[in-house]
Amino acid sequence: MTLAVFFGCTFIAFGPALSLFLFTIARDPLRIIILIAGAFFWLVSLLLSSLIWFIAVKASDPRDEALQRGLLIFGVMFSVLLQEAFRFLYYKLLRKAIEGLVALSEDGCSPISIQQMAYVAGVGFGLMSGAFSMINLLADALGPGTVGIHGDSQLYFLTSAFMTMVLIFLHTFWGILFFHGCENQRWWEIAAVVLMHLAVSGSTFWNPLYVGSLVPSYLLMAAAAVWAYLLSGGSAQNLRRFLLCKCLVKGDGDLSGRPWG
Amino acid sequence: MITFMNNSDSEDETCNERTSLMSAESPPIPSYQDGLQASEAGEAQIHRKRHAGSSRSPNNVADGDMSDSGVRARGSALENEDEELTLKYGAKHVIMLFAPVTLCMIVVVATIKSVRFYTEKNGQLIYTPFSEDTPSVGQRLLNSVLNTIIMISVIVVMTVFLVVLYKYRCYKFIHGWLILSSLMLLFLFTYIYLGEVLKTYNVAMDYPTVILVIWNFGAVGMICIHWKGPLQLQQAYLIMISALMALVFIKYLPEWSAWVILGAISIYDLMAVLCPKGPLRMLVETAQERNEPIFPALIYSSAMIWTVGMAKPDTAARGPSQQTWDAAEDEREKHSSPSHSDSQILETRSPVPSHPITSLEEPEEEERGVKLGLGDFIFYSVLVGKAAATPSGDWNTTLACFVAILIGLCLTLLLLAVFKKALPALPISITFGLIFYFSTDNLVRPFMDTLASHQLYI
Repeated sequence: MTLAVFFGCTFIAFGPALSLFLFTIARDPLRIIILIAGAFFWLVSLLLSSLIWFIAVKASDPRDEALQRGLLIFGVMFSVLLQEAFRFLYYKLLRKAIEGLVALSEDGCSPISIQQMAYVAGVGFGLMSGAFSMINLLADALGPGTVGIHGDSQLYFLTSAFMTMVLIFLHTFWGILFFHGCENQRWWEIAAVVLMHLAVSGSTFWNPLYVGSLVPSYLLMAAAAVWAYLLSGGSAQNLRRFLLCKCLVKGDGDLSGRPWG
Repeated sequence: MITFMNNSDSEDETCNERTSLMSAESPPIPSYQDGLQASEAGEAQIHRKRHAGSSRSPNNVADGDMSDSGVRARGSALENEDEELTLKYGAKHVIMLFAPVTLCMIVVVATIKSVRFYTEKNGQLIYTPFSEDTPSVGQRLLNSVLNTIIMISVIVVMTVFLVVLYKYRCYKFIHGWLILSSLMLLFLFTYIYLGEVLKTYNVAMDYPTVILVIWNFGAVGMICIHWKGPLQLQQAYLIMISALMALVFIKYLPEWSAWVILGAISIYDLMAVLCPKGPLRMLVETAQERNEPIFPALIYSSAMIWTVGMAKPDTAARGPSQQTWDAAEDEREKHSSPSHSDSQILETRSPVPSHPITSLEEPEEEERGVKLGLGDFIFYSVLVGKAAATPSGDWNTTLACFVAILIGLCLTLLLLAVFKKALPALPISITFGLIFYFSTDNLVRPFMDTLASHQLYI
């Protein structure tokens, strides 16, 4: 594999996330901290789920293929549920943080709103998830080898990169949806996020039949994107105005400041 | 309140300047009071002194502690405002430390992953005499513990020696020691590093070019670190020096000893800074009595501090930002000591002996920075570098340790903002780092590898 594959896959997987980071998060120290803390929470959830899976594997017969496969499926599902649980915990922590920030501020307004925190937390989760999935692959892509020489798919790196990108986006949108659901006590939004996550992870079991995993994931991502956009105060008019490069009338609802209603 | 004038270059709205670290307790908003001795409270600083020579003296000092007594005398309302104003600068200061720590780690990880030299085992230092090439696990563990004991005792001895030197005002000795250490780091270690990098990439370089490059690099480094120089250049040199020292540690410390040493040194750090008779605490208190900055040469400072005189005119002798350097990193060969010549250079602004109650002096630009000792940089980088040097070549472990250390640093700074006194920067980060290293390497790696082999995503 070559440098072209390496750079190509890196930018496919992390390009959008990196631009999101650079344009929206990098300027504000508080957001960077929230991002890194989000990454940390995802990491802890991964740690716990790996622990469970590891114990299960060690306690079972390594030669039983079906059992190992079943344990893997269980591990994946459990990990998804644990990730969402940690997202909830992170929401709780950020709520407390907002109360502290409001109390400390001079004019009673927190410097960052829960919606912005939701977005940043989603990006944090997504970046960490994507990094853990992709970095080892990228490191291997720099070295010698031939993809799929033993009969596996030759598109392994490319599809992994696309899958990583969609997962980062999904985590971002899920963050927004999840926090909105927690804020407004709409439990069905939370349930929808969990189900979507399970669906996306489950669809990866179709790999290497990539049409079974990538296409549903991208469709789900589009749906989540629209939903999150609407929840954040977006609307068709906003979009049209943005695309036609008209300036937004103040108070008309732009993405950053409008409270969720 | 002059000291709290915001001179941050953030162009964001005012809300940003009030960003703070997350805190659970929210103190009531106190009334605005002039002349509050809040500057030292605002200076959330973690100092880490590192002595050169063999001792690492984790030294964490809150700069400006000298003014703290003035603060405490004013009652809780003022302290609340102190706390509020301190926390106002919290998030920004955290990022001001994240960036250099990240940079140092990136340099170390990049070197470890590319230059073979630093992962080859070519002998050990005399401070870790016991070899780990023993057949049995128990023997190996015992040897590593013994190595750790020796190393930590050397560090303790050096720290105490430094405190004694400082107490008896042997500034010249300390200064000379420091210069010697930095000479060695900047010239010899850089030369070795350059040689290894060139070897790795098979680039030929003639000796005259090498001499020119190393001479310039070293000379500018000495000037920047010990005298004056642009802040960013000085910071860059401090980062490079920390990275070089971390690489030396990674190379010469045996496998298990390195981990045990990391654990032991965070415990030592905790005790040395927090216990009443800890050497570092005594160092801090002595410096406070004399109203001198504490070993500025061993500290990374994120911003220049132009001190404004508070009620005590002597507090102007602060702001050691510019000459921070850490000589202690060469524990092996050098016996450097923090330089006190820096104290002469410190007064970048004349102290304004103001009476803080109502007078507002001409607004002195003050950009309060955070300070982190270079030893912290070094040990963070050692941890991440060792994670990167694992034979399995797993990048997830490195990333996990990196995030863990950053979160530990964030928590430490949060505690600093709450407690407003010198705090050790190692324990929390190293604990997180160690936990995440071992768990990621043993638990997460098999899981992620299995997932990757089936191309499953969680």
